[in-house]
Amino acid sequence: MTIKGKAYIAGIFEHPTRHAPDKSTAQLHAEVAKGAIEDAGLSKDDVDGYFCAGDAPGGAWPMVDYLGLNTRKLRHVDSTETGGCSYIIHLGHAAEAIAAGKCSIALITLAGKPRTGAMPPRAAGAEADFESAYGATTHNAYGICAMRHMHDYGTTSEQLAWIKVAASHHAQYNPHAMLKDVVTVEDVLNSPMISDPLHRMDCCVVSDGGGALIVTTPEIAKSLKKPLVKLIGHGEAMKGPRGGKDLDLTYSAGIWSGPRAFEEAGITPKDIKYASIYDSFTITVLMQLEDLGFCKKGEGGKFVADGNLISGVGKLPFNTDGGGLCSNHPVNRGGMTKILEAVRQLRGEAHPKVQVKNCDLAIAHGTGGLLGVRHAASTAILERV
Amino acid sequence: MSEAKKYPAPVTNPETAAFWDAAKQGKFMIKRCTACGEAHYFPRAICPFCYSDKTVWEESSGEGTIYTWSLMRKSPTGPYAIGYVTLKEGPSLQTNFVDCDLTTLKIGQKVKVVFKPTDGAPLPFFTPV
Repeated sequence: MTIKGKAYIAGIFEHPTRHAPDKSTAQLHAEVAKGAIEDAGLSKDDVDGYFCAGDAPGGAWPMVDYLGLNTRKLRHVDSTETGGCSYIIHLGHAAEAIAAGKCSIALITLAGKPRTGAMPPRAAGAEADFESAYGATTHNAYGICAMRHMHDYGTTSEQLAWIKVAASHHAQYNPHAMLKDVVTVEDVLNSPMISDPLHRMDCCVVSDGGGALIVTTPEIAKSLKKPLVKLIGHGEAMKGPRGGKDLDLTYSAGIWSGPRAFEEAGITPKDIKYASIYDSFTITVLMQLEDLGFCKKGEGGKFVADGNLISGVGKLPFNTDGGGLCSNHPVNRGGMTKILEAVRQLRGEAHPKVQVKNCDLAIAHGTGGLLGVRHAASTAILERV
Repeated sequence: MSEAKKYPAPVTNPETAAFWDAAKQGKFMIKRCTACGEAHYFPRAICPFCYSDKTVWEESSGEGTIYTWSLMRKSPTGPYAIGYVTLKEGPSLQTNFVDCDLTTLKIGQKVKVVFKPTDGAPLPFFTPV
């Protein structure tokens, strides 16, 4: 059994807002749902599958009701919550459901407003008494990975800075990007230290906003007007300290989700023309590139240096919308926007200055949770038909 | 300084109550599985490695080395250093480093456990030897 080629992404929408004091979170979900449904050329009453994660107010059943989805038709729901990569996991689950005949038009939404509203609390895990007092945050839980990666492999702050530099080169062409200025390695190194060894410019932005996808059958996708983009491989995985045995914070769960996706797709990292790689922090990108097999473990620093991730300059154009480092990071969850830019690249709808020529194979990969504590990863490989 | 910081009291539960009771006596406990011989942390009733329920409490030396660390430069309660310690007995665990110059921490540095009070059982932290 495989989902290869059994589901297509027929509709996409990214909310242009980065600051939404005048909107509710549910409203943002509705706006991105409407956008993706209209992009596909469908009606909301066509939707028979709905996918959402922890950012959806109240979860699936309040959202299905609020969004006014057709409950006579809706026959599949999934509220898998794996932080920022939830939506990449949803994409795979939607393909599974479509392949199994459980739904034919799936809507996936993400939205929220960390800049102008309260963030939903996360339920405590079994580890709470043994960890919560130590103040793990995104910054320091990624900082501890960077610190160990530098120790084990000699990775440098300059190399990490190149990831931000590349993102900024792309963001200058995105009218919606929060940070449009092109920055240099020196700018990154001179920005204030937030949590050693990560500087402010190693960190992504905090933004309001959201995005949505429509995933459907090959037959329905072919009946619509958009360029055809199909899912050909998918993987998911999780990693944690697991009792404290053989702790190694220099790799992510992407080391398992990546090969699963590539194997299903029947391609290798060398075939990828464009990569959307979750960039909560620069170290996130570097470790994931290694884990996905774009370079050997420990050689990520060399791989990302000297503009290798800049479209039209380097070998692996990445995050051509400016990514989380420069454009947006809706609800502190970057998985959705990774898929959206990958689809734009495959459709040929990226900004002309960053559009990859003959872009027929792309990857969208993300991490959710805290890289240095417990996290999930998901990998999607997409092909233009 | 971190000494002034107020830490939350552990909620505790039947599975971990013995850990917190021992902490009140200044003892730092880990769990060891008598079936596979592996020690683990935080403590579970069922061994996470072999799924045996023959896990027993064992007092740790409280000694270990810094696996990694990061100094959070700003927070509402001031700077703090988070990281992992690898205990002499094997398991690695998340902690804060305290009672030292937080800018001089190093991977591989030797540390030992030190308890800090809460309104309930005290919490384990680590400080350079």
